[in-house]
Order: sequence, then C-alpha cells, then structure tokens
Amino acid sequence: MLLKTYNKIYDTDIGYSFFNSKLAVISSTIFFVILFCSVFAGIVAPYNPFDPASVSLMDAFTPPVWSEGGSFSFILGTDQQGRDMFSTMIYGSRISLIVGFASIIFAMILGVFLGITSGYIGGRYEIIVMRLTDVQLTIPSILMALLVDGIARAIISQSMHDEMAIYVLIFAIGISEWPQFARVSRASTLVEKNKEYVSASRIIGLSNILIMFKHILPNILRPILVIATIGLALAIITESTLSFLGVGVPPTTPSLGTLIRFGNNFLFSGEWWITFFPAIFLIVLALSINLLGDWMRDALNPKLKKR
Amino acid sequence: MSFLEVKDLNISYPTRKETIVASKNVEFSLERGEILGIVGESGSGKSTIANAIINLIDPPGEITDGSIKIDNIELRSNEEIIQNIRGKKIGFVFQDPQTSLNPLFKIKDQLIETIQAHLNLSYQDSLTKSIQLLKEVGIENAEKRIEDYPHQFSGGMRQRVVIALAISCEPDLIIADEPTTALDVSIQYQILELLKDLTKKRNLGVIIITHDMGVIAETTDKVIVMRYGHIVEQGETKELLTNPKSTEAKSLVISVPPTNKKIDRFKLISPDGKEITSNSTNLTKNIIKTWGVRENKNQKLLELKDVTKIFDDQSLGSIFPFSSRNKIDDQIVRAVDNVSFDLIEGETLGLVGESGSGKSTIAKIITGLVNPNNGYIKYNNESLYNSNNKYQIHKSRGQIQMIFQDPYSSLNPRFKVRDIISEPIKFFQKNINNNELSENIHDLIDIVGMTRQSLDRYPHEFSGGQRQRISIARALATRPRLLICDEPTSALDVSIQAQILNLLKDIQDELHLTMLFISHDLPVIRQMCNRIVVLKNGLVCESNETESLFNTPQHDYTKQLINLMPKIESLI
Repeated sequence: MLLKTYNKIYDTDIGYSFFNSKLAVISSTIFFVILFCSVFAGIVAPYNPFDPASVSLMDAFTPPVWSEGGSFSFILGTDQQGRDMFSTMIYGSRISLIVGFASIIFAMILGVFLGITSGYIGGRYEIIVMRLTDVQLTIPSILMALLVDGIARAIISQSMHDEMAIYVLIFAIGISEWPQFARVSRASTLVEKNKEYVSASRIIGLSNILIMFKHILPNILRPILVIATIGLALAIITESTLSFLGVGVPPTTPSLGTLIRFGNNFLFSGEWWITFFPAIFLIVLALSINLLGDWMRDALNPKLKKR
Repeated sequence: MSFLEVKDLNISYPTRKETIVASKNVEFSLERGEILGIVGESGSGKSTIANAIINLIDPPGEITDGSIKIDNIELRSNEEIIQNIRGKKIGFVFQDPQTSLNPLFKIKDQLIETIQAHLNLSYQDSLTKSIQLLKEVGIENAEKRIEDYPHQFSGGMRQRVVIALAISCEPDLIIADEPTTALDVSIQYQILELLKDLTKKRNLGVIIITHDMGVIAETTDKVIVMRYGHIVEQGETKELLTNPKSTEAKSLVISVPPTNKKIDRFKLISPDGKEITSNSTNLTKNIIKTWGVRENKNQKLLELKDVTKIFDDQSLGSIFPFSSRNKIDDQIVRAVDNVSFDLIEGETLGLVGESGSGKSTIAKIITGLVNPNNGYIKYNNESLYNSNNKYQIHKSRGQIQMIFQDPYSSLNPRFKVRDIISEPIKFFQKNINNNELSENIHDLIDIVGMTRQSLDRYPHEFSGGQRQRISIARALATRPRLLICDEPTSALDVSIQAQILNLLKDIQDELHLTMLFISHDLPVIRQMCNRIVVLKNGLVCESNETESLFNTPQHDYTKQLINLMPKIESLI
C-alpha cells in the first residue's frame, strides 16, 4: 500500500524531481522531524520546561552529557533556571514555528488578495496598492516589527501584553512580509488575465470575484508557494531576532530567539551550551526550509524542467 | 552525387518514461537550384530534421544513426566542421522574425558580425556588402536603414533582414523553418518570391518547412510528407499534389480548403484511406429537445453602427498617475474606425483582414471585453452599451459566445473538462439539479464528438483539435444564438482544421446558430461564410456576398489579397 503510493508519487514529474534531489530529501526530512517534534512536544520532550514543578534550580547550569559534570538526565545541559535545554528548544521551536506559519499565512492572505485585485482591476486602485508596497519595502522588516510592537505596547497594558505578545508578533512580521506576495501575485495575474480562458469566463458573465479567486488564483499558486516557503524561513529568523532584542515573546514561554538571548549573557562565563544549541537549531531549521524552497523554485519552474 | 544527401537518419529523444523517436530512417537528397518542401502535421519531426542538418538538436535528443553530407563532406557529429559550415555554407531562416534578431544590436552590427566571422573581409568591405545584401532582399534606402534596430522594422521587413543575414556568407543551402507563418498574406507572397528568386540567382539549395499546402504548391519543386518521424511519401511537388498515394498525403491534400470554389463539407480521409464526406451525426437531437426548436426569421440579429475604438498610450503617458494627460495625435491608434455592418439571423459573416486590421477588437467589443469609444451595437434591437459606452447586463446575456484562437490558453488548466463545461450551465440555470446537469454535459460533449471519459480529464491531456472541441462545447453550454469564432483553426493542422470547420457547420445547421467568423485565411473564409467584410487598418474596405466578392472584387486591397493568397490549385 505504502509502496504503491510511493510509486504513484514517484511517477509524477514533481515527485521524480523530489526523490532525485538529495538536497530536497534531506532538507525536507530535517524539517518534518523538527515539525513533528514541535507539534508533539509533549510526547517527544523529556520535560515540560513551562511547568515550574518539574524545574529545579539545583540543576541549573548542568553542562551537556559529554562534558565534565554532565548528566544523562539532561543530554544538552540546562539553563540558568535548571530547565532542560533539549526540551526547552523543542518547546521553543514550537513557538517559533507557530509565529512563522501564522505570520506568513497572514502575509499571504493580505498580499495575494491585494495583488490579485490590483492586477485584475488595474487603474488607480492598482497604482495606490503598488505604491504602498514600494513604501512598505523601503522600511526594513525588523524596524517595521519594532514599530508595531512599540505601538502595541503603548496601547495594550503590560499584563495584557504578555498574553497578546504572540499575536502582536504575528501581525508585526506579517505586515512586513506582504509586499512580496502582492508583487508576485500581481505580476502573475497580469499574465493570466490576458489569457483566453479569462476572456471566456468574462463572456459567460461570471463576476470579477469569481474570476479572480476561482479561475486566476489556482493558476498563480506556484510562485506564491515558492515565496511562502522562503518567506517562512525569513519569518522564523525575524521572530528570533525580535525575541533576541527582547521585544518578542515573554521569557516565560521562550522561543528560540529568547533562548539565544538568555544564553548570550552566559557565553563568556563558560556556559556556552545555553546559547550554542538554540542557535544551531535555528540555523538548521532555517537552512532546511530555505533549501526546500530553492528546490521547489526549480521544480515548479517549467522553464528549468529537465526532460 | 547530389548536393545535400541525408541517409538513414535516426534521431531520438530519450525521456524518463520512454524514448521518443523524432525521425526514423529519413532519406532524401537535394540539388542546387532546387526548393524542397517538408510538410507534415505538428509533431511529425519536420523541424527536427532541419535542426539535425545544422547540428542544433537540443539535448537529450541525439542523432543515433545515419549520415548527412553536403558536397560529400560528412557533417554528422563533427563539431569543428559544423562550426565552419553553419552560417557559412548553411543559412537558417527562423519562423518568428520578432525573436530571431537580437533586439539590442543594430542591423548593421548583426550583419557585419556574421560576415566577419566567416569571410575574411575588412570592416568597410563588410559594411558595403551588408548594404548590398539589404538591397538584394528588397529593403529600400538600405544605407540609412542599416543603422536601425530590429524593432524599427515591420514583421515582413524583419524577415527580409533575417534572410539577408542567412545569405550574407554566400551559403549553398538555406533552411527556412516556417518562414512565413507569422506574416500576413501579402508579405508572405513577397518573402516566398524573394526566396524563389535567390534560389535561381545564386544557385542555392533551399529547404522550406511548412504546414501550409498552398506555400508548398506555389514554391517547391520537390516535397516530402512526414508523419511520426517517418517519410511517408516524397516526390515532385506537382505529381504528389495531384496524385497522392499514401493516406497521409491524401488527407493533407484533400483537407486543404479550395480557393476557387465553395464546397459544402470538407472531405476527410479515414485511417484506412477511404473518403468520408460528412461526419454529421444526429447527436444534436437531445440538445434541440432541451433548447426548443428555433426558427431563423431572416431579421437583423446584430447591428453595428459607426463603431470606433481608439487605443492611446495611456500607460506611457506620464510618470504621475493622477496628472492630466495631453493626448497627442501620434499616440492614438484607431483600431476600429467607424465600422458598421449587420448580421442577419442564421448567416455566417466573415471578417477578413491582416494582423492589426481590428478584426479581433470588433469581436471583443461585441462580447463586452473592450468598450468602444463611439457608435452603437444592437443585439436583437437592444443596445449592448449604455450612453456612457459601458457594457450593460442585458436580458439576452449568454446568447453571444466566442471560440478563441489559441486552444492552449483558452481552457483553464486547473479545471477538469466537466467543470469547464458545467460552469456556464450552472451560472445560467442556478437551480438545475445534478441529473439534468450531467445530462446536459453529456449532450454537449457528444455533440462535439468527444468521448464521455474525457470529462474527467484535464485540458493538457488533449491535443489542440480536441481542446478546440471542448472550447466549442463550453460556448454551446449557454445556449447561444450568436457564435463568434476568432481564428478558431489558425493554430491547428490542415486535416484537424477540416474536422473542426465541418463540426462548426454541422452545429450551425442543426442548432440554427448565427456566426461571425474571423480569419485571415481567405480559403477558409470562402468555405465558411455567406457574406464577407474586408477590413484594413480598422476601416471597412468592402463587404459583399462571398461568391461575388471572390469573383469580382471591387476594392484594390481585396483584389490584392485574393491574388496573393497561395493557391494549391495553381498546380492541379
């Protein structure tokens, strides 16, 4: 049964390209292992670092298992509060991934909507939207995110802010990523809208909404999917950067960036593992997503298709 | 010993799943001063052979066997020899003059570069030679025009430059791959005359690859008919066209629309070599039952009066989008200029014209894809546009449908055939139940001669002709009265074209449709239409009954078009 589905997938062009690209297979394996771990963190992780009962300050600063003084109960060591690094990283990556996915979906919906409508409708609406993306692109995404976070802090009270932090973060990253989607989907829409199947739908009398989202959207999904994948890695890195700067998620629920920030304080006092492992983890995660995106860009591009 | 000799040529393209044989045991020869035509349907391997001669087969394709000799020099897979010979001994004319010249270089630079690469000439000599060449291919004011860039030339002029480039190094062989397919009739005639002239004057061997039997009849001495990479028949052009032996050649010759008389239906050749005169079926019975019987009352169905469409260069007008623009007359293109005509119920009206004559724009105006600037259009005595020239949603919406030129882009690639056909039905009959819907779809797919299995497949699984059939089914789904066909067969092979045209005639007869048939192909127009409107640069030149227009054309332009169209009968 499994073999049958494998053969079926292998038979398609995209499947063939996937299984013949070592990079794609390896990077997707790594990505899905990380995804699996973070989704099922409760089962995979040996401890729950957010449960104060399971954390003991006595275990603080335990080095990794292969160093002197290491213990098998904490394979990658513990941080300054005695939390198991391995478990913290898995729970941390969960937050990083949630923020990454949610913000990129937010950016995608916003960007694709504005892109398709401006490409299809044209006129002044298009000019306004595209100039807006130009303005947006001149502001660095980190700056934009800091701005949003700053405004959010001014509006929302401090106690509320910790709860709302993750949503603020998603909004902040999403708002700085949407121009990419808007530009790509507008450009693709301009190509598609001159094709005769769109004319045919217009002659039938279908409404513009139906033509845009039922006929054009499925045909421009490929490039959107590619930038979404690469954008996902970017969103995760942006999230980490913000958390590293201290404007991201609160320390009680640390993401990968927060962990790196904590560890940074102890880097020169010899406790290198607190910052080193989350950093490596982040690099591997971002790299695997980026490589997957690279492969996808080549595989989905009909011009680069190998016979 | 012949000048060019190709023996036992085998070319194959290995792919992941299978090896495609693009040419198998191809053998032919060519003398100097002779024009050889290669015909065949798309995918029959015509271009592959041309590419093999100049060793330009794209990987992973490869010549697996055989030999190609020019003046007894073996060309095959000898990169050094081929480098010297390509361009110097063999000139190549590509199909599309828009893309075969580098847009960033002046004509001068492209010619001189080629000449200096192969002939040992100084810059000044090459320049003189280039000017001479341009004069030879009929470019006026060559001294000045040589300084121009490719985009400053028209399509026909550009093809002349390409030919000048091809003969610049005094080659012995010219290979022309569909040299006139992208050009209008009058320019096609000039280019073919030029090629014939050069062949005689310079004693060249010429290979013309085309799918147009008229071109073959008018220019070539010998012809090769290909199918699936095989040569199915070859011989003297006259002999082959008047007395074809193989089924393939017969079907090619017989499905060419005759230019000198009107026939009722195109003849087709069945695979076993027999003639079929009509493939009309009685499958329309079910459709007529649901549509109700229609009567054509011989009254005006569509009326165009003084319709004008002006395109101005809005997008380039100003950097600042909201500033007011000063319209300069130079930037204004009158795509359609005061065009008026009527369409009587039940007839087929032909719109003929070369590219840029505004015939497609008229179709777009009638269907509401483009708004006119002036004039009115009435359908069934009801105006299609309001006083602000905006398309109105009128009560007969859906009665005007259109069939498009390019079967590869007119069907949404992400939709199954069933969804493509069902969408318009559902749109116009909101509360149709599933049984009725699938019955409707089955009737439509039957009528266009496709199997019901094809409903669950995607458009890319079908050939161009089959896609055009699906396109027709979609157009019929809204129960139209007026069908606009915008060059419905110009992307198809001759025998497929005959099938589609027969299908359109059958459908029109049985469903009492009115048709507006747009084409640049005069023989096709003659077969399809009752009346013809000739357009040039957006203006109506002449309109008349088909037979009187062809027999006694009034306008000079019409006369020119009719005289210049390639005629297969010129030989028979």
